[in-house]
Amino acid sequence: MTMEEKMGGSNREGEALDRFPVGMRVLAVDDDPICLKVLGTLLLKCQYQVTTTNQAISALKMLRENRNRYDLVISDVNMPDMDGFKLLELVGLEMDLPVIMLSAHSDTKLVMKGITHGACDYLLKPVRIEELKNIWQHVVRRKKPDSKDRVNALNQDKASGGIGEAVQTSTSSSDQKFNKKRKDQNEDEEDDGEDNEHENDDPSTQKKPRVVWSVELHRKFVAAVNHLGLDKAVPKKILDLMNVEGLTRENVASHLQKYRLYLKRLSSVATQQANMVAALGGKDPSYLRMGSLDGFGDFRTLTGSGRLSSASLSSYQPSGMFGRLNSSAALNLRGISAGVIQQGHPQTLSNSINGLGKIQPVGLPANQNQNGTLFQGIPSSIELNQLSQNKSDNHFGELNPVNNPNVFGVATNFPDARMTVGSSSSSLSTPSGSPLLLQANTQQAQHSGAFGNQSSLRVASLNQESFDMGVHGFSNFVDNGRCHENWQNTVQLSSFPSNSLSTCEAFSHEQLHTNNLQESISWRSSHLNDNPIDLSASMANAGLEDSRGDMQCQISPSNNVIHNIDYAAKQQWGENSSFAGADSLVAGAPYVQHLEAGKLAFNTKLRSNEDILFEQRKPQNEFSQNNFETLDVISSSMIKPEQYNETGMMEGEFGYDAFPLGSCI
Amino acid sequence: MESKHVHQQIAAMRQSFFDEEVLDEFFSQLEQLEDQNNPNFVEEVFTMYFRDSTTLLETVEQAMKTISITLAKLDKILHQLKGSSASVGAKKVLNEINKTRQVLEKGNLEGTKAGIWEMRKEYESLKAKLEPYFQV
Repeated sequence: MTMEEKMGGSNREGEALDRFPVGMRVLAVDDDPICLKVLGTLLLKCQYQVTTTNQAISALKMLRENRNRYDLVISDVNMPDMDGFKLLELVGLEMDLPVIMLSAHSDTKLVMKGITHGACDYLLKPVRIEELKNIWQHVVRRKKPDSKDRVNALNQDKASGGIGEAVQTSTSSSDQKFNKKRKDQNEDEEDDGEDNEHENDDPSTQKKPRVVWSVELHRKFVAAVNHLGLDKAVPKKILDLMNVEGLTRENVASHLQKYRLYLKRLSSVATQQANMVAALGGKDPSYLRMGSLDGFGDFRTLTGSGRLSSASLSSYQPSGMFGRLNSSAALNLRGISAGVIQQGHPQTLSNSINGLGKIQPVGLPANQNQNGTLFQGIPSSIELNQLSQNKSDNHFGELNPVNNPNVFGVATNFPDARMTVGSSSSSLSTPSGSPLLLQANTQQAQHSGAFGNQSSLRVASLNQESFDMGVHGFSNFVDNGRCHENWQNTVQLSSFPSNSLSTCEAFSHEQLHTNNLQESISWRSSHLNDNPIDLSASMANAGLEDSRGDMQCQISPSNNVIHNIDYAAKQQWGENSSFAGADSLVAGAPYVQHLEAGKLAFNTKLRSNEDILFEQRKPQNEFSQNNFETLDVISSSMIKPEQYNETGMMEGEFGYDAFPLGSCI
Repeated sequence: MESKHVHQQIAAMRQSFFDEEVLDEFFSQLEQLEDQNNPNFVEEVFTMYFRDSTTLLETVEQAMKTISITLAKLDKILHQLKGSSASVGAKKVLNEINKTRQVLEKGNLEGTKAGIWEMRKEYESLKAKLEPYFQV
C-alpha cells in the first residue's frame, strides 16, 4: 500500500488512463469532524488528493474559485449550514461536477432525493474503503460525453490532469454535453470498464442520456416553458422551442418534471415573492435593464451587506414566514424567490407567483430551507412572470428543488446569481422566472450573500420591457428572492423580499403590462409576512395582468403585517386594478398604510432576519403612489437601517426615480 | 519481554472487543488507515469521537429534560451520533442508537429516554474499554 501510494503520488500527472483513479482530486464536505477525518484518510488511502471542509459554504467557495481544481465532490446530507441536497444541486448546476452523497441514513426516499437532485451516487456511512475505490468512475463517466475523444485521449494521457480538463470541456458546452452524454450513455462505460453498479449504470438504452442542464440550457428551457405556458408546456414543444441540438424529448420531459416540482416548491414561497416581485417587477424596464446587470453589481453592493442574499434569505428562514419569503419574495419579484423565497416562503412565493403568472402555488414548501425556498418561490415568480413574459430563467425552478438548504434552495442555485443573471439578461423573459432567478441568485447570495440581489437585479433587467422588475429590488431580493416577475424596476425594490419579506415591497407584478411599473410596485411586500400566498393571490389579483405594475404594496410587515397585508393585498388586489394604474397605488396606499404599520412591525422582524431589504420595501407600500415615489418611500421605510445594510441600498435604488425606474436601481 | 507482553495484551483486548461486538470491522478499517504517515490515527479518531459524542450525548440529555423537545431535533442529534459511531466502528453504541431512533420515530418519548440511557451505557463502557487499550 505504501508503495502504491508513493507511486501514485508521484506519477499522478500524465499517466495513462489506468492511473486515472490515482490522484483524483476530491473535495469532501461533512459537518461531523470525525466522519470527515475518517473519510479524508480513507480517500488518501485510495490515493486520491483530498481536500476536506466541514462547511458547505466554504466548499462552495472553493469550488467556485477554481472549478477545475476538483474532480469529484463528496458531501454529507445533513449539514447545519446548508442542506446537502442543495449543495448538490448547486454544484451540479454551476460546476457540473460529479457529486456523491453521503449519509448515515439509508432511507430510500433520501436516496431518491439524491438522485433527483443529480447525485452521482449515494453512499452510506460508515463508508467502506472498497466503495471509495470505485468512485472515480463517476468522474470518468461524466467526462465521457463531452468530447469523448478528447476525454479518452485525455484520460489516457493524464491522470488527474486530464480529468480536470475533461471536466472543463464538458462544462463548457452544454450542448456538447448533451450529445456526449447521450453518446456516452449509449456506449456505456466500457471504456473504463467499470462495473456500473451505480445509478448511472448502463446508460445505454435504459436511461435517457444524462443531460447536464447547464445554466444556459436551463434558461432556454425556462424560456420555452414560459413561452408555452406551464400548463401547456409539453416536452415536444419545449424541445422545439429550445432548439438545442442533441437534446431529446425525454431529457426535456424529466427536466420539466423536476422543474414543475421546483416551481411548486417555489410557488409557496414565490407567491409571496411573486407578490413582491410583481410589485417590483413591473416597473421600469429601463431600470431593470440597466441595472439589472449593472444593478446587480449595485445590488450587490447594496446587499453589500452581502447579506442580502444570504442574510436575507437566511433570515428569512427564521422567519419561517413563508409569506416572508414572499417578502423576500420581494426579491422574488418573482423569481427572486431565490433567496428569499426560499426561506421557506416558497409558499408564498408560489402564491405570489401564481398570482403573477402561472406560478404554481404549489405551495412552496415553506422552505425554511433557504435553499429551496428561494427557488421555489422563484419558479413561481417565474411562472408568474409568464404573464409578464418574464422569462425568469427557470433556473429557479431548477434550483429550487434543492432542499432548501439554508440557502434557499433556490437562491442557492443561483449562487452566482448567474442564474438569474442569465435570466435577467434575457430580460426577464421569464417574467417570473427572472425575478426569481435573481432571487435565486440572490438567494445564492445568501450564501454568497450578494447574489440574491444580483439576481434580482438581473431579473429586473430581464424584464426588458419595463418590467425591469424591480429588479432592483432584486438585489435585495437576494434576500428576498423576490420573484417579481415583472417587476420592472420600479418596484423592484419592493422585490427585495430580501429577507425581510415583510416589506414585500409591492412588486410591480404587473409591471409587465404597464411597464409603468411604478405602480406595480405595489409589491406586495406585505405579503411577505403573512402569507406570501395571500399576497400572491392578491398580487395575482392585482392584475398582474394589469401589468400596470400592480404595485402591490403588499409590504406585509412581518408576520403580523402580513396578515394585514394579505388582507390589504387582497383588497388591493381588488384595487389592484386601480393600482395597476397609478391609481392603484392610491388604493394601495390605504393598504399600504396598513401595511406600513405592519411593515414596521415586520421590518423589525425582518431585521432580525436580515430582511433589510424588505425594509426597503416597505417604502413600497408607500408607493401606492403609483410611481415610485411610493416606492421610494417604501423602500426607505423598508429599508430599515439596521438590517439593511443592504437594503438601505435598496432604497437608494428604489428611490429610483420612480419611474424611470432605470434609476431605480 | 515487556513489549511482547504488551503486544499480547493489546491483541487480547482487541480480540475481546470484536468478540463482544463492541467494535466492528470498521475499526479494523481504521486500523488499516494507520500507518507511518498517520501514526496514532485510530487514537486520534477515537479521541475526537469521544469528545464530540460526549457533547452530543449531553445535548440529548438536556433536550430530553426540556418539555418541548422536538422530535426532529432529537433525531438530528441522534443521526449525527449514529454517523460518528458508525465511522469509528463502535458497533454496540451504534445498535443502541438505531434502536433508539426507531423508537423515537414512533413517537414514544419514554421509550426514547430508555433508549438513550442504554446508549449512554454502551458508550460509557466503550470508552472505558478503549481507554486502557490506547494507553497500552
